[in-house]
Amino acid sequence: MTFLIQQTLIYAVPLMIVALAGVFAERSGIINLALEGIMIFGAFIGVLFVNLVQQAGVFSAAKDANDWVALQGFMILAMAVSALMGAVFSLLLSFAAVNLRADQTIGGTALNLLAPALVLFLIRIIANQNALQMAEGDAASWFMIKKSFFGYGRSDSMGFFGDTFIDKTYLATYICILLFVILSILLYKTRFGLRLRSCGENPQASDSLGINVYKMRYAGTTISGALAGMGGFVYALTTANCAATGDVAGFGFLALAVMIFGNWNPLNIAGASLLFGLFKCIAASYSSIDINGDGVFLLAEAGISPHLYRMLPYLITLIVLAFTSKKSRAPKAEGIPYDKGQR
Amino acid sequence: MKQKISGLYQKDGTKSVLAALISIIIGLAVGSLIILAVGVANPTLGLTGAWDGIRLVFVGILSTGRDAAGALTFGFNPTSVGNMLFRATPLILTGLSVAVAFKTGLFNIGAPGQYLMGTAATLIIALSIPSDVVPTWLIWWLAFLGGALAGALWGCIPGLVKAFLNINEVLACIMTNWIAANLVTWVFDGSNYRNLVENTKSGYIYKTSFNGVETAKLGLDKLFPNSQVNGGILVAIVIAILMYVLMTKTTLGYELKACGSNRHAARYAGIRDKRNIVLSMAIAGALSGAAAALYYLSGNTEFFWSTYQSLPATGFNGIPVALLAASNPIAVIFTGCFMSMLDIVGLQLTNLTAYNEYITDVIIATIVYLSAFTLVIKTFLSGRKKRKAQAARAQAVPEEAPKPDAAEGKGGDGV
Repeated sequence: MTFLIQQTLIYAVPLMIVALAGVFAERSGIINLALEGIMIFGAFIGVLFVNLVQQAGVFSAAKDANDWVALQGFMILAMAVSALMGAVFSLLLSFAAVNLRADQTIGGTALNLLAPALVLFLIRIIANQNALQMAEGDAASWFMIKKSFFGYGRSDSMGFFGDTFIDKTYLATYICILLFVILSILLYKTRFGLRLRSCGENPQASDSLGINVYKMRYAGTTISGALAGMGGFVYALTTANCAATGDVAGFGFLALAVMIFGNWNPLNIAGASLLFGLFKCIAASYSSIDINGDGVFLLAEAGISPHLYRMLPYLITLIVLAFTSKKSRAPKAEGIPYDKGQR
Repeated sequence: MKQKISGLYQKDGTKSVLAALISIIIGLAVGSLIILAVGVANPTLGLTGAWDGIRLVFVGILSTGRDAAGALTFGFNPTSVGNMLFRATPLILTGLSVAVAFKTGLFNIGAPGQYLMGTAATLIIALSIPSDVVPTWLIWWLAFLGGALAGALWGCIPGLVKAFLNINEVLACIMTNWIAANLVTWVFDGSNYRNLVENTKSGYIYKTSFNGVETAKLGLDKLFPNSQVNGGILVAIVIAILMYVLMTKTTLGYELKACGSNRHAARYAGIRDKRNIVLSMAIAGALSGAAAALYYLSGNTEFFWSTYQSLPATGFNGIPVALLAASNPIAVIFTGCFMSMLDIVGLQLTNLTAYNEYITDVIIATIVYLSAFTLVIKTFLSGRKKRKAQAARAQAVPEEAPKPDAAEGKGGDGV
């Protein structure tokens, strides 16, 4: 059970934060199909940062001294860098969509093609192989929170709560949840959030009230890019042992589906991403899930083909969308370039 | 004479071609800049390495390797040209697939999935019918049509959910892509189609030539010796011409385009919009399936069956092919060849320099990015003076440029 909850959280949290990234862009009126590409780019930047800093030896003293507070700071720094570069990368989309009034679907697709190409090109030159990894050690030994930090011994139990939510988890997961809450409040309870959302519903009306629609759309897409970039790095850190491969297996698109399923509403999105995280977790580790802890691996022994488990997240997405899309209510002005002359 | 030239320049088609050429040149320039930056930053490459890379990006198709002194040599290379035509075959068809959907206002990003389903159907038919009973040319045609049919059925799914449930076709296509990737792996996992004879390679399906089925060369191998080219390229060109006729000369083509321009107006005019959306996706799927069929029926290509973690690039590259061609089926033939030329350039870069083939994907992505605002480039071409006249004309005549339906002005539809 502990394993199931931890694994589900690991998959659900990047989905949640990237879906929120989609909400910020779409609420401001820009369709951000490039989430996948920005995630790939963010993952690469984060891993590259970790790799370079390790090579420079900045944190090796902290590592030797087992100073886990410093190491967690290192991880937060890497998250910040990937968020920053994700925001920069997303400027390509906002420039095309806002200033040039280009087709947002095609622009997003271009970014989705560009990110893996650029990332793989650079990885091949930097690492001479198809994946960029940490310079030394692995994600678990550098960044994972362990019970030994709190003075527990190897065989001590921290209780169900501690075992599940503290031991062998990543601080990144909780930072993402915290950011999710803060940004949801920003979007729904502040003046800035109201203005941003108005630009996605009726930009002409917002403009008539003195809101700069272009600026708001830039803000929405940039926040979106930062969150997606960070989500990409968190995904690489927690599920891929901090390695960038120019691929996040359609996670950005799953996040878009989560966003639609969640009806562009943070609370629903949080629920939806938990559901999708569960399916993704089943797909990734069906063979080692021991639900009630009796040593029987139910899913692996049910005689169902592993291919079905792997297909499940995508299949469920399609089915769920089929049931919910008639009721879903997208921001009214999303995808339409804002033209001042068009009142 | 001068008037004639300026008349030609005024034509919308000419501007589309010019806009495409500008996109291509900027794309190549961006690729060169990255090569230069990496070369300068990397002491083992240096400026000479970067210069080699840049020359290959522009004229890699004419590269004939390196001479004894280690300098790059250039000249007509029949092998490269033949291989370019061979790789262009599936690209032309996936390009057509995306283009037809564009004309109906749909963004067919599901070409990779349709391509995979076409691959599976083609290979199963081509390998399972005993060639000592049935003549191989008949098996070839059955496999080809089977591949196209499988692609069409797979393409129907996003079409159906788009038409009847209003699910955004981009998301539906992405999901069907990954479902197809898993499904194909599932079908081949443990099957008898896996190549267990040649021990050197694992994870591949038999070549279709194992069953004696392969595309006729039609003398093209004499023209381009040592290359993989075969009659498939001619089939692709014929299909492109047929699609041109379908889209411009038939009622069906008119109805599809009407749905693409304005779905609601089309319905008001008595056109069955839902049927046309499904039909358009089915045609698009059939074209992608046919692309896979022509590629894998060539007899010397192998399919890596454990594909659940990756989607075929040929499917995605149909998007730039269609965008560069402004969805014109005839132009797709040329842009398809251009894209496959970039493929060859990538191979040359990997073989001859320290760079790798992914730089060509960067170039392709740049071109797609630029084609998102082809309209801006076109307006720029018309010059400031003529911009007003252009705007007036554009308002009088409904634009023909393909636009996904979000641009219809009816508001978001769920991405």
